Amino acid sequence: MSDTPLITAQNLSVHYPLRGNLIGPKPYVGAVENVTIEIAPGSFFGLVGESGSGKTTLGRAMLRAAPITKGDVLFEDGEVSYSLKNLGKQELKDYRKRAQLIFQDPYAALSPRMTVRDIIAEPLEVMGLTKSRVETDERVREIAAKCRLNVEHLRRFPHAFSGGQRQRISIARALVSGPKFIVADDSVAALDVSIQADVLNLLKAIQEDMGLTFLFISHDLSVVAHVCDHVAVMYLGRLVETAPTRTLFSTPRHPYTQALLSAIPSLDPDDRGCAQKLEGEIPSPTNPPPGCKFQTRCPHAIDRCRVEEPALESAGTEHNVACHRWQELAS
Amino acid sequence: MSRLIDVENLTLQFDTDEGRITAVDDVSFSLEAGEVMGLVGESGSGKSVTAKSLMKLNPRNAVYGPDTKITLHLDDGPVDVMSLQNDTEMKVVRGGAISLIFQEPMASFAPAISIGDQMVEQLLIHTDFSKAQAKELSIEMLDRVGISDPSTRFGQYAFELSGGMRQRAMIAMALSTKPKLLIADEPTTALDVTIQAQVIDLMKDLVSEFGMGIIFITHDLGVIAQTADKVAVMYLGRLVEQGTVRDVIRRPAHPYTRGLLAALPTLDDIDAPLTPIPGDIPSPLERPPGCVYNTRCQEVIGPRCSTEIPKFSQVDSDHAAACHLHDPQGDAP
Ligand SMILES: Nc1ncnc2c1ncn2[C@@H]1O[C@H](COP(=O)(O)OP(=O)(O)OP(=O)(O)O)[C@@H](O)[C@H]1O
Ligand SMILES: Nc1ncnc2c1ncn2[C@@H]1O[C@H](COP(=O)(O)OP(=O)(O)O)[C@@H](O)[C@H]1O
Ligand code: SF4
Ligand code: SF4
Ligand SMILES: [Mg+2]
Ligand SMILES: [Mg+2]
Repeated sequence: MSDTPLITAQNLSVHYPLRGNLIGPKPYVGAVENVTIEIAPGSFFGLVGESGSGKTTLGRAMLRAAPITKGDVLFEDGEVSYSLKNLGKQELKDYRKRAQLIFQDPYAALSPRMTVRDIIAEPLEVMGLTKSRVETDERVREIAAKCRLNVEHLRRFPHAFSGGQRQRISIARALVSGPKFIVADDSVAALDVSIQADVLNLLKAIQEDMGLTFLFISHDLSVVAHVCDHVAVMYLGRLVETAPTRTLFSTPRHPYTQALLSAIPSLDPDDRGCAQKLEGEIPSPTNPPPGCKFQTRCPHAIDRCRVEEPALESAGTEHNVACHRWQELAS
Repeated sequence: MSRLIDVENLTLQFDTDEGRITAVDDVSFSLEAGEVMGLVGESGSGKSVTAKSLMKLNPRNAVYGPDTKITLHLDDGPVDVMSLQNDTEMKVVRGGAISLIFQEPMASFAPAISIGDQMVEQLLIHTDFSKAQAKELSIEMLDRVGISDPSTRFGQYAFELSGGMRQRAMIAMALSTKPKLLIADEPTTALDVTIQAQVIDLMKDLVSEFGMGIIFITHDLGVIAQTADKVAVMYLGRLVEQGTVRDVIRRPAHPYTRGLLAALPTLDDIDAPLTPIPGDIPSPLERPPGCVYNTRCQEVIGPRCSTEIPKFSQVDSDHAAACHLHDPQGDAP
């Protein structure tokens, strides 16, 4: 990437301590292990992987909302330049307005007793970003309009809204402080396709309009293919492949990426059962297998995979893959 | 194939604080043994409520329409589900002939009782098995759905299993009574694609092995394409299109089905724009008159759409849609 990245995870590890024995090394969950990614300003960067692979944790670490155990996250937006590991109190407060999280779960905690106006205004009030109620109202109306919520909506309570409208409320709340970087985490909620298309189009429009950078966490590879410019694939806390979207979907190199793509149900009823099926489940991160973390499910695993962990290496322009055998398998 | 269930004119309303709402409106379909029917539609369209009606499982504030008739064809003869009154009479359908797999597997297991004890308890209610036999069968079923080390899993609690395993355990429990009809309500929605693919395979194997009928509820048309023989599309409580999976997906005849397909991101053309259906699904308190889809339809053909409820018209031998586009004359003079 020619631009200075807006945000960079540098050999980032996030460990969560586990209750354990008094003797011996302290046990932990390696939720994120030695991950390096760069996100260019204006990028819509996708992050995919199975449940438990560490996507939310990585996203939260980039928001300084998960502990940074090793490595660092660097943020550089032209105005400020932060090392998230070493943020002072004042800087952290400032970072909170620059980086925000959207829960893409329509049933997520939108407080039922607050009006939509108050829900959207809350971050402004908590961070003390506006000086008067008039200014707050103006800011709320402006951002609500961008999210296609009208003045009438602002007076109502969230229970009166459909799933799509609730999403727009959460988006407005995340945008109201004027952030540069947004982590959009779809957790598990599968939205109706029509609402999903609408919300995605809205996010893209807002991104262009406000010059935002997104880390878009999703379970749905088809969605990622349509909205993201770059994609990173995670497995058991590790980055296994990263590439521009088109490259990743046309020439996936990691056996895990290939398996994920092949598991997407085809819309063609005559194309049944030809998918390459992945057996078993993602191992527990408290007790990861030695060597390549994917070796317990990989159809191509060899002895070397069981002892030596593959490092990320270049497989083309901006294309990186962590597999001992990618070259051999590509030919 | 033999007929398994006939649903005729199913209408279901709920009494709520805000008034009486119509959740299901005059829905009719039938299913043969060994057949998989996909039921699709946006959330709130009435899929789950329809499914629960087949077992009369809806809560007390539910009011069934007077013309509603649900007939389950069992070996001992037809059962008129609407006429079943008390729990004893309901035993034949609930957990016996019909099993239901819920959307949220966590909700279907009691947290403080082990998976195995719940399976055994269910079998003791619905079969004549002894406790030992029930345990043996439960472990066998856990094994059949691909859960490794089933005798250990038998003693574990729902929270100790991963999402995929929990879903498999649900399926094992639902199948242990050897139901004639399995209703799977969004059984894969909360799963990763890799686990979803495993569960889909498993369900397909089970149909061919047990020959049961399946109603597969989902809003994922890809999952439908991979599992169903036929499809019914629901919108705001009404069925709007029915047909074989090939016909409905390749030649959707109802504007709503076409809208759903256009909104779907596919890998065939990743540059194609995602086209949402305009507007929001109306509240069930404000159901539009005429065609329920007329507030969002892009193909409205005239005032009839907002005055006259479209009837099903055949568009092919096994394919029908309820839209005035396919019924140019209609009732109007
Ligand atoms: N606060 C925490 N304490 C301990 N372990 C945690 C914590 N947060 C996450 N983990 C563990 O870290 C791993 C990664 O979790 P994470 O939530 O990042 O996954 P994810 O990729 O977002 O999954 P999903 O797709 O289900 O949202 C998991 O094993 C999880 O149990
Ligand atoms: N117990 C209930 N009381 C009142 N309304 C209900 C009840 N259960 C469902 N509904 C309403 O019935 C409609 C259909 O719901 P449901 O069948 O759950 O939709 P789907 O499964 O298609 O998402 C919705 O408008 C829902 O709010
Ligand atoms: S390193 Fe080995 S086990 Fe890991 S993905 Fe490559 S081939 Fe498979
Ligand atoms: S009947 Fe009219 S409004 Fe309804 S789907 Fe057909 S064209 Fe659209
Ligand atoms: Mg997550
Ligand atoms: Mg439902």
